[in-house]
Amino acid sequence: MSLGVQMETRQDVLVIRLQGELDHHTAEDLRSQADEVLRTSPVRHIVLNLADLAFMDSSGIGVILGRYKQISARAGEMYVCSVNPTIHRIMEMAGLFKVIKVRENEAEALQVLGVAS
Amino acid sequence: MSKMGSNFMKVSFPALSQNESFARVAVASFVSQLDITMDELEEIKTVVSEAVTNAIIHGYDENPEGVVHISVRIEDGVIELVVEDHGKGIEDVEQAMQPLYTTRPELERSGMGFTIMENFMDSLEVATSVGKGTTVRLTKRLSFAKALHN
Repeated sequence: MSLGVQMETRQDVLVIRLQGELDHHTAEDLRSQADEVLRTSPVRHIVLNLADLAFMDSSGIGVILGRYKQISARAGEMYVCSVNPTIHRIMEMAGLFKVIKVRENEAEALQVLGVAS
Repeated sequence: MSKMGSNFMKVSFPALSQNESFARVAVASFVSQLDITMDELEEIKTVVSEAVTNAIIHGYDENPEGVVHISVRIEDGVIELVVEDHGKGIEDVEQAMQPLYTTRPELERSGMGFTIMENFMDSLEVATSVGKGTTVRLTKRLSFAKALHN
């Protein structure tokens, strides 16, 4: 099983929807695809939708924090949503929720960021 | 099959990152012969992934000539997982086990591998020797076996 990365820009928000497994092997796909958008478009915030992410380990933490640093340098915010319980525990252990906000679903995160549905 | 008893498996593969998912699936499929909960299975898969990724990245610097060895033993509802590499070893294990400590920040490593292993398993032992390699031994008693012991 590999990683599917689907990206959509909504106003100044980059929505990233992940599907499959995020580990050391697949982290590079996410890193390069997200960085390409961050380099070429003026997005400020990221919403990371994990509804279809079946697996994530600490390699996922590293790549998420790396993107957080980039948007935080643009005074942007990062939201994760639809996080399964095991991934939630891993994120909590890493202290991710000190800097990244969590919401139930994508619509909620987009609403907080002022994106009209 | 959920009968208490003993069984084991061993698997070896080159230090290629695409083998990380293979390792998770191989171990998950082996331990599924026990009455394991979905949460426990997810924990085991995560731990396998952490230990194997450490062996590939830190033990072997992603050199595919290195070989990662995994063995799993089941004994009375206790899973013992051993992940071994013959790579460069860890100079300071105590430091390596600190949450968020990493020797490879340029690779966006989070430094959470050992912390996750400790949290998701009951015990963790690391035997390492610089220039010779690292062996990580982890155990976990499954909840169905805890219930039978009480």
